[in-house]
Amino acid sequence: MARTRTPVVAGWFAGEGDGFRLLGTRCTACASVFFPREDHNCRNPDCSGGELEEIPLSRRGRVWSYTDSRYRPPSPYVTDPELPWEPCALIAVELEAERIVVLGQAAPGVTVADLAVGMEAEVVPGVLHEDAETTWTTWHWRPTGVKA
Amino acid sequence: MDDVALAADGGEGVTDEVAVLGAGMHPWGKWGRSFVEYGVAAARAALADAGLEWRDIGSVIGADTVRGGYPGYVAGATFAKALGWQGARVASVYAACASGAQAVDTARAQILAGLADVVLVVGADAAPKGFFRPAGGDRPDDPDWLRFRVLGATNPVYFGLYARRRMAVHGDTPEDFAQVKVKNAAMGALNPNARYRSRVTAEEVAASAVVADPLRLLDICATSDGGAALVLSSMEFARRHGQAEPVRIRAVSTVTPRYPNTVLDLPDIATDSAVAVDPPGETFRESIARAAYEEAGIGPEDLSLAEVYDLSTALELQWYEDLGLCGEGEGVKLLRDGATALGGRIPVNVSGGLASFGEAVPAQAIAQVCELAWQLRGEAGDRQVGGARVGISANQGLFGHGSAVIAVR
Repeated sequence: MARTRTPVVAGWFAGEGDGFRLLGTRCTACASVFFPREDHNCRNPDCSGGELEEIPLSRRGRVWSYTDSRYRPPSPYVTDPELPWEPCALIAVELEAERIVVLGQAAPGVTVADLAVGMEAEVVPGVLHEDAETTWTTWHWRPTGVKA
Repeated sequence: MDDVALAADGGEGVTDEVAVLGAGMHPWGKWGRSFVEYGVAAARAALADAGLEWRDIGSVIGADTVRGGYPGYVAGATFAKALGWQGARVASVYAACASGAQAVDTARAQILAGLADVVLVVGADAAPKGFFRPAGGDRPDDPDWLRFRVLGATNPVYFGLYARRRMAVHGDTPEDFAQVKVKNAAMGALNPNARYRSRVTAEEVAASAVVADPLRLLDICATSDGGAALVLSSMEFARRHGQAEPVRIRAVSTVTPRYPNTVLDLPDIATDSAVAVDPPGETFRESIARAAYEEAGIGPEDLSLAEVYDLSTALELQWYEDLGLCGEGEGVKLLRDGATALGGRIPVNVSGGLASFGEAVPAQAIAQVCELAWQLRGEAGDRQVGGARVGISANQGLFGHGSAVIAVR
């Protein structure tokens, strides 16, 4: 039986291939943007609070910083204790249009040796882990090859 | 005093001071016992230091333990019961790493409001081994749970991001970061309350395992067991008690960030967006220090020493700049010039810092103030800063908690 593909968090991203996007929300009163999404209250202290509408975030941005996890993270991060831990790179990407920095795991195969602050990265669909019934999906950042 | 005039002045100018009558610790380590034991030992040490009995205490403020990022054990009443119920007023606070500063702030407010003459502030913890991890169960509405579930982003991941950012923006190097550890380990070696009491070389830092690129094991603070306590009182009580010139707390900063917060902070997955509102002219950490300076009516040039939260070596350099000890990007130069070492212009973390203590979360901000008190009294032994008159402690707690204390003598 095929596994069901389920986002690790509902409503944070959607789409396939080139159409994949992170999903935030925007306040209809003050235009503040939120990721992770705020659905109930605008956090701008000078805004009396408008409706919050879903918006896709920019697909590409610039690497603000990066690092990796050389040791296996604790639960609730899911890993197979039978397998050796492979270091996982994490990238914080600054989206120019939204003026926001969003953290994410790097796409498989990308290591810190491939990264530099300021280079361009794009959001791509990824798999966080799989269990018997479910493929848990997430977002990954992947360098586009455009340098700082 | 004219109460009306006092109220009218309440929003500006210098706040009244409270006296630090006693300071005490249970040594940091990995002792494997209950936090209650450490807290009681620290409390008894602080009471003895103050020359007071437990029955003299009118109020107890406890800094709660941390479990999974959130409040763990209730502290105030636990310590009051362990010391023996004697009817004191009680409160417990939680602000993660900033809990100790909130405890001091609460004690000060009670003293200045006339609710208590003498207040005991206690924080202690027995930290679980390994990475701090979130609370159990499925908690998709908890940002601290989400960062682990979705990204596997431990605390060192955030420290690694900050360190790499400094390397890119300011040209810092891993060798620079290692020098912070070398400095703090040398001072921790002089502190009997520190957990790690050996000097460390730059080669030893470079030979330790990478935890979160570019940071290595010896760049990152451990988690520890420990306890710290303070006895605070009104200036009037201190005088009656024969303390004409006690160490005084002149400012306590417990500010929150201002929107939009554009520095990626634990445990967040993203910054605030600055698309609709321009960022404030200073970062959150800078605002923590500024609020303390304004309240104390002093500036960074007046400081004799600083105790800052060196969760990582790179973060200590960031604090130099955020406290205004040097300009932005000049942290490494300040370090390399020896200004922040013992004997330098502005020694930082002469206690040995978190590098030598490891973090016992609710005790740590209190321990910082203990060090300030001993330094300002001239009782810090081999690690004494000559002629210390003004000290600041600074840290930042998970979820947006500022923490800084200015003490003077």
